[in-house]
Amino acid sequence: MTSGALSLSNIIDIKGLGFDAGAHVLIKEALRSLAVGQVLDVMGINTGGEVSLAAWCRAQGHSMQWDTNQQRALITKGGVFVGRWQGAERTGHSDSSTLHAIQDQAQPSWGLAARGATVEAGAPQWSFRLNQKAKVWANNAAQLYAQAVAAQWSPDEVIDWSQPCELPAAVEAAVVQVMTYMVENENAALIVPAKFLGQLHPHFREIQALLAIQVADEARHIEVFTRRIRLKGYEPALSTVGGQASLKTLVDEPDFSLAAFLLSVLGEGTFVNLLNFLQECAPDPITRQIARLAAIDESRHVAFGMAHLTHHLSVEPALRGRLALAVESRFDHLSGTSGLNEEVFDALILLAAGDITPKAIQQGYQRVQGLMQAMAEGRKARLLRLGFTPSEASRLSSLHTRNFM
Amino acid sequence: MTKTLMMGAVAYAPKVVTIWEGFKEWFYQHGLAFDYVLYSNYERQVEAQFAGEIDVAWNSPLAWERARRIAKAKGLTVEAIAMRDTDQDLSSVLVVRNNAGFTDLQQLKGKTIGFGAIDSPQATLIPKDHLRQVGMVAGRDYHARLFDVLAGKHGDHIGGERDAAMALVNGEIDATWMIDGNYQAFANEGTLPSGETTLLARTGLFDHCNFTTSPQADAVLIQQFTELLLSMRWDDPAVRPLLELEGLREWKVGRTSGYELLARAVDDEQFYDQRGAIIEQHYRY
Repeated sequence: MTSGALSLSNIIDIKGLGFDAGAHVLIKEALRSLAVGQVLDVMGINTGGEVSLAAWCRAQGHSMQWDTNQQRALITKGGVFVGRWQGAERTGHSDSSTLHAIQDQAQPSWGLAARGATVEAGAPQWSFRLNQKAKVWANNAAQLYAQAVAAQWSPDEVIDWSQPCELPAAVEAAVVQVMTYMVENENAALIVPAKFLGQLHPHFREIQALLAIQVADEARHIEVFTRRIRLKGYEPALSTVGGQASLKTLVDEPDFSLAAFLLSVLGEGTFVNLLNFLQECAPDPITRQIARLAAIDESRHVAFGMAHLTHHLSVEPALRGRLALAVESRFDHLSGTSGLNEEVFDALILLAAGDITPKAIQQGYQRVQGLMQAMAEGRKARLLRLGFTPSEASRLSSLHTRNFM
Repeated sequence: MTKTLMMGAVAYAPKVVTIWEGFKEWFYQHGLAFDYVLYSNYERQVEAQFAGEIDVAWNSPLAWERARRIAKAKGLTVEAIAMRDTDQDLSSVLVVRNNAGFTDLQQLKGKTIGFGAIDSPQATLIPKDHLRQVGMVAGRDYHARLFDVLAGKHGDHIGGERDAAMALVNGEIDATWMIDGNYQAFANEGTLPSGETTLLARTGLFDHCNFTTSPQADAVLIQQFTELLLSMRWDDPAVRPLLELEGLREWKVGRTSGYELLARAVDDEQFYDQRGAIIEQHYRY
């Protein structure tokens, strides 16, 4: 090819920029628009620059001719770097609202690539077990995540830890026992999404983000419950075999949808009732404030569980039978345990009583009875929304663990 | 029983195992029984070629030159059957600081010039030869400071050239040699500050590594090995990672026309004698 055959777009003047100063970037960009075999005329090469240009071309698979008289290089574009992208895969679309943005099956080779990126063929095979849309997706995941981000709160800013909080010793001890129980339950609620987070294919970015912020929510709850325990210098109180056995069945559940059902729909849903109860009945303003804030977060977790199961059931109606079976088998598994920690149940009564008089205790007991009814009704309502018949919903709600979570 | 082609390679970095394990599997899938032996230095590897231990060696240019000399002295034949596209037409450059004001090689008389490992073709032997051709001899006309990293590896380890480049930037030496591609590589990584250095000289073109056959190698196996190498395609995602690790886009048919500068340097700098014996007294490997 003679220089006369070059079009204007095939000429670049790098104006003396050195190859120790990024000149290769200008040339690479100029070559990008050329076809393999086309020639780029490079002018303005500084003294000695042709040596580095030749080395760069060699490494990139382009050939170069150097015209000493005119101090210009003719680069013929090679094909090797084009070859790199043969067989490359597109990985959906970054915007989840776009048609086919979320693929039904995320491929092992897509790995950590941003959804929508083009992935070179031959990439490592990643073992993300949760790689099917039906089994993890929720249609409102992006909105729920946005809500979660907007609703984050700082324990130091939104809770006035200096408020007066003088309770009878027995009532303070009851609050400490309930908070001890809450920390234990929130540990389970943190570990379950954290465990799935590492198994989830990053293709499902919105779900990944939701699980991550759910973990952060639980860490914050554990912090504020612990601070409430220590407010008057107490250490955490009692932890029972029955309570931990119940929570272990949640942590051990390997199926994402079953875990979402047991933890979020039934467990955290029941927990929202408990937090609402504390918001209303706790004897001190700090505990009431903590409960109000945690309830907002937990409601979001329940909403995600419901949305996911609604999606999964829409593509796999048979899942409903497995959900029922999961509740039954958990009930069977826990039949040998005592269920709710007796100390916790009694502490709830004391806490709602606010004092250690017969009249106060009677009132506290009635409130806890009301809580138990509200929990059962809430579970039943959510089961109905997931398409269970009224009788099934009542039966399954009654089989739910006595440990609440 | 299928005969296995044995290849020698020098373990200059941990990635060598990854590379040849990958090749071994690929050759196996394409019907060639292939295995490799790692040597700690090129001298032992070349000697192994004449002791009948290996059929072919992945040789540095200096190892090729030694094998060629030994073979010639013994009346045997060794051949360079294949090389990387990136092994052909290389050059080395002499880098100076801009603020030193050097514009001509003769201005380096009495100064200190940095080189790589004692056995590095690109950073020591060919550069010394280049200076000798313009009348400058180490010890007589200038002081040579070697940045001797991993002798026996024939300069495969980039460390010596990098150490020399840092010494140049720090003002410990007045000029230093490196292979042409390393000038931009050292700038990219920040070792050479942008715009503060310039190239004062460039050697002639030379070739780098090649697959060197051993005298007793089975010709049929060698032919199969060569054909398979040349059939490797960058477009193939199963092959591309191996080629990238080894630093090439495609294998080329071997040639020996690119070793003349090194052959002259080996004589003039008295590294090997005509029979391939090591005569450089300071060489430890």
